[in-house]
Amino acid sequence: MHRTGELYEQYRTLEQQRETASLGMWVFLSTEVLFFAGLFMTYTLNRSTYPDVFSEASKTIKLWPGALNTVVLIASSLTMALSVWASQVGKKKLLPLFLIATLILGTVFLGIKAYEYHDKYVEHHIPGWNFNFEPGADAATNAHAQLFFSLYFGMTGLHALHMIVGAGLLIWLLRESLRGRFTPEYNTPVENIGLYWHFVDIVWIFLFPLLYLIDRH
Amino acid sequence: MSATPAAVNQMPREHYLNATYGIRSWLLTTDHKRIALLYLASVTFFFFIGGAFATMIRIHLLSPKGLLVTPETYNKLFTMHGVAMIFFFLIPSIPAVLGNFLLPIMIGAKDLAFPKINLLSWYIYLIGGCFVLYSFSTGGLDTGWTFYTPLSSVYSNSAVTPAVLGVFINGFSSILTGLNFIVTVHTMRAPGMTWFRLPLFVWAQYATSIIFILGTPVIAITLLLAGLERMFHLGFFNPALGGDPILFQHLFWFYSHPAVYIMILPAMGVISEIIPTFARKPIFGYSFIAGSSIAIAVIGFFVWAHHMFVTGESTYAALTFSLLSYLVAIPSAVKVFNWTSTLYKGSISYDTPMLYALGFIGLFLIGGLTGLFLACLGLDIHLHDTYFVIAHFHYIMVGGAVMGYVGGLHYWWPKITGKLYPEYLARIAAITLFLGFNLTFFPQFILGYLGMPRRYASYPPEFQVLNVMSTAGASILALGYLLPMIYLTWSMRYGEVAGPNPWPATGLEWRTPSPPPTENFEVTPEVTWEPYDYDNRPDLGLDVSGAPALAHGDD
Repeated sequence: MHRTGELYEQYRTLEQQRETASLGMWVFLSTEVLFFAGLFMTYTLNRSTYPDVFSEASKTIKLWPGALNTVVLIASSLTMALSVWASQVGKKKLLPLFLIATLILGTVFLGIKAYEYHDKYVEHHIPGWNFNFEPGADAATNAHAQLFFSLYFGMTGLHALHMIVGAGLLIWLLRESLRGRFTPEYNTPVENIGLYWHFVDIVWIFLFPLLYLIDRH
Repeated sequence: MSATPAAVNQMPREHYLNATYGIRSWLLTTDHKRIALLYLASVTFFFFIGGAFATMIRIHLLSPKGLLVTPETYNKLFTMHGVAMIFFFLIPSIPAVLGNFLLPIMIGAKDLAFPKINLLSWYIYLIGGCFVLYSFSTGGLDTGWTFYTPLSSVYSNSAVTPAVLGVFINGFSSILTGLNFIVTVHTMRAPGMTWFRLPLFVWAQYATSIIFILGTPVIAITLLLAGLERMFHLGFFNPALGGDPILFQHLFWFYSHPAVYIMILPAMGVISEIIPTFARKPIFGYSFIAGSSIAIAVIGFFVWAHHMFVTGESTYAALTFSLLSYLVAIPSAVKVFNWTSTLYKGSISYDTPMLYALGFIGLFLIGGLTGLFLACLGLDIHLHDTYFVIAHFHYIMVGGAVMGYVGGLHYWWPKITGKLYPEYLARIAAITLFLGFNLTFFPQFILGYLGMPRRYASYPPEFQVLNVMSTAGASILALGYLLPMIYLTWSMRYGEVAGPNPWPATGLEWRTPSPPPTENFEVTPEVTWEPYDYDNRPDLGLDVSGAPALAHGDD
């Protein structure tokens, strides 16, 4: 394992190594955008085909946990940004604190998400054999509502998976920061994982109105 | 060889192949050259799996009623042929084997930007491959390589789920390779290696990588949704549950049409290296060839719906996609014209790689022009889903991509192994391959035009002559593939020592010993010359003043 800012053998300078890692993360995020794009496309098409059922189905989702989660996630973006700042200016004691805060907020998000999923389970809104939209709903409405919830679980599930990966990365960052590995000269991992975290937040900023706020005005 | 007699050449004492020993030194290597060889072995394995299915298809079609298998099994044969060849051979072949080996050396770097990610991509490829092999051996796959829903998600009784997962997983291997290449080209170039001094092979790999990172995630999510649909009875693409099967086709082709350019662009890069070397001339229109690679990659993203002219889309959409499909012919033609202009007044020698390159130009021309037939809305209604389509894309993928790959393997074999292959035998193999290929696939243009549909296990008796011709050609083609397998392997041990620059060629990769040391160059090179500049390269030992220099094989 390489220690603080050591040069890997394939690079000529530290500057080059930094630039390479950062570019690599941006390229990876562009891949991620296209990965989610397929889901957004599927959502857009189905919502324009079945606007009424999608609006009805969306209204069955409780608003407050989603809204709370949005606040939690934005707050975690702030603490993540502060972590990056702390690593850049060399606040070695502050950095782990901000990372812990980010980690806690991320975990709170996942907890609230689990609570919401449990709600869906109780309401028989989990797509599959036991799916039942409303008592007395006809077969077509039921099928189209199931499409909405398939997309709901597909999109929020993939997002949650990214959050879990992010939490794992944060734990690793925390361990390394407690060892004092990050300095103003070497903080690329903090910066890159920060980029990733912000990306996952932005995805949620799109998911929240698309899934929770249809026709709620 | 005009400058140094072959007898002087010696293998370097230490190089990447003998730097370390043991199975761990290969399975845990982060050396891009060793990873390239790992890929070489694994894509060759899948090539033979796909080839075995193709052989069975051709034997079956010897007689109108079908000779070998039931129609149900026939569906599985062509599906598994397609899946093995496209996802596990053609897509990784040139990028992951030749690109992996050459890209860092060509730009004067010690390795790719992320060597560990490079190794990871190979393991992901293997895991994906295992899933697909599991599907093949437990019931097979009969959906066509396109996995169209709801056939794949509801009705098929074959092992679709593991195959879909395998292709899904394998996609991440492509993404990681693409990511690595893009970042490497941006940040790892040697001093003096400006963008417009990059070899055209590197430009082609860069363009391919753009498709890898922007296209592959879309097929990944699409196949994931189709797989979930099959496993949990969801309705994304199932009309019975309100879903839209046409959406699946749009999402599928959004990747899978650009994937055609993933296969052909790197081969074009190989040809752009071979042609100037054996014409002893700077390449004609360097910046146009480089730009056309990017243009193909970009325009290639906006033509996908030409696969769906008869599936159902609005007339205006069809018109737009038809027009855009014509447009992509322009950068392709730019390349062909530039290659031929490079040959003009060159001092051409017909070494094996050059035979492949010339073969490529001819076959790609036929494959590309017949693509225009299919991009034409009216004509496509007649030709859609016939053998004309099969012939067209085999001219591109086998005549183009595989010829480029095999040609490139020959061209860089001395660099990879340090040994020369038997030239005479190699030329015979190249010609065999060319003839066998044309005999296999040219009759299929006629069959398709006459109306023989693809994917059918039987056909009317009047098509038998052409089908028998095609099968006869396929057996010659098989010989054309087996020969290089044998003599290339043989040459690794018994071949003549190649020396650093046997052709000679101008690129950076030829200025380091063959095989190269683990760190590629003893000192980081500094590039002070323009690409393919045969006129100003006294170090190559070519006589540029008067008579054309003797080429390797002519002395």
